[in-house]
Amino acid sequence: MNEALLRSLTPNVLGILVRRGADFAAAEDAVQDALIEAVRVWPADPPRDAKGWLVTVAWRKFLDATRADTARRRREDLVDEEQAPGPAPSADDTLQLYFLCAHPSLTPSSAVALTLRAVGGLTTRQIAQAYLVPEATMAQRISRAKRTVSDVRFDQPGDVATVLRVLYLVFNEGYSGDVDLAAEAIRLTRQLAAVIDHPEVAGLLALMLLHHARRAARTAPDGSLVPLAEQDRGRWDTTLIAEGVEILQAALARDRLGEFQAQAAVAALHADAPTAEETDWVQIVEWYDELAGLTDNPVVRLNRAVAVGEADGPRAGLAALAALDDSLPRHTAVAAYLHERDGDLTTAARLYAEAAQKAPNLAERNHLTRQAARLNTRRPR
Amino acid sequence: MAKYLLLKHYRGAPAAVNDVPMDQWTPEEISAHVQYMNDFAARLEKSGEFVDSKALAPEGTFVQYGGEGRPPVTDGPFAETKDLIAGWMIIDVDSYERAVELAGELSAAPGAGGKPIHEWLELRPFYSAPTATECTWK
Repeated sequence: MNEALLRSLTPNVLGILVRRGADFAAAEDAVQDALIEAVRVWPADPPRDAKGWLVTVAWRKFLDATRADTARRRREDLVDEEQAPGPAPSADDTLQLYFLCAHPSLTPSSAVALTLRAVGGLTTRQIAQAYLVPEATMAQRISRAKRTVSDVRFDQPGDVATVLRVLYLVFNEGYSGDVDLAAEAIRLTRQLAAVIDHPEVAGLLALMLLHHARRAARTAPDGSLVPLAEQDRGRWDTTLIAEGVEILQAALARDRLGEFQAQAAVAALHADAPTAEETDWVQIVEWYDELAGLTDNPVVRLNRAVAVGEADGPRAGLAALAALDDSLPRHTAVAAYLHERDGDLTTAARLYAEAAQKAPNLAERNHLTRQAARLNTRRPR
Repeated sequence: MAKYLLLKHYRGAPAAVNDVPMDQWTPEEISAHVQYMNDFAARLEKSGEFVDSKALAPEGTFVQYGGEGRPPVTDGPFAETKDLIAGWMIIDVDSYERAVELAGELSAAPGAGGKPIHEWLELRPFYSAPTATECTWK
């Protein structure tokens, strides 16, 4: 049974049902039923046209469910009248589904859950496991999300930016359970990039590929964090890097710069350096300047200060840092690093310890505590 | 999409406004309180924000390694100096503001006289998974 094929067909099939007039929630149920049927039937009797098979079965399931529901008789008549299958413009259907699942009326977590379920074809249990919440909670989250978007007209043009934000959230979630959310986000973004011609979609895909390429090197076997400069570059996935760079260059050539392209450009410069010392920090600072012009996200200015510290020396980095609000997440960690580079180990050790207290996750806290300990053990107590 | 722990204390938190020990409430007041907590959890499950909830017995014991070949040490008689946890609820919400809002609602559970307890709940964020992007030194 080809689960990947099934999942890649899900948004297509769902989109066709909705375009034929099926209510989103009912269509989604029908597609899930069809997927279950496929898992049961296909091993012994594989269809010649997998998508056609799924559309037929899902549509039948939808009609059965609609007919069984007497309260919906009126709509059933409507649906029967409208029924004119024929070949569907599948690209548009899939795209509309992305827009619907990322609709601005949904909260971020609802949009993520609905996207993984309806576009990604994951089961509720898989999504619940990935986000470490009970299945019942996730089921409610998804059904609420479906109710929220049930009134949204399917033919409204959507906002690509909201879709990209949802995929970015999925990518950043890490992974647990039996689903790798980063890989899933890449799969969905690839699919999106195949149906929409938009430089920022390409930019996000490139960004994901470039980060994903370094994943194996980013943590030690014990789960501890390995900083970029210390990563074993031999463990970076050069195929993914090459693909990311190629996608990025094609996007940049279109001269419609956006945040994701600029972020990907920074990632590409890191990926391109044979050693940490050979990193082109001057160009990285330039990309952060571009980014700062595109967004007022303070994280960008913080990362820029790090890059300035590498390009022009720690004093310049500290000067850039001084202009920023010191309550920013990771501000203290950056200050600690720059003070260490500047040779002020006492201040650096104190700031590393302080930064550890404010770390947003365990891996970073342990990393920063280790930095503080490393400097403290060098000095007499 | 961040998880928070709502900690309910028997002791250790600042005193509640409606600070009457539960054994001095009427049975109806206790039922109303329990019902409020159950309804709150059920509502969060429906909104997709519920993760877990448990109540703890009031008596706890501090335990310490006693050394090679010795039994663990327990502290028994000094219970009155301790912070005691009554129970917890774990929520998974979109923002810190939402977590504060929900903790406020939970603190309004009815107590003596059917009036809100106004107890102090401790709100603690869970460490999240490291994000892949965002940070240059990854």
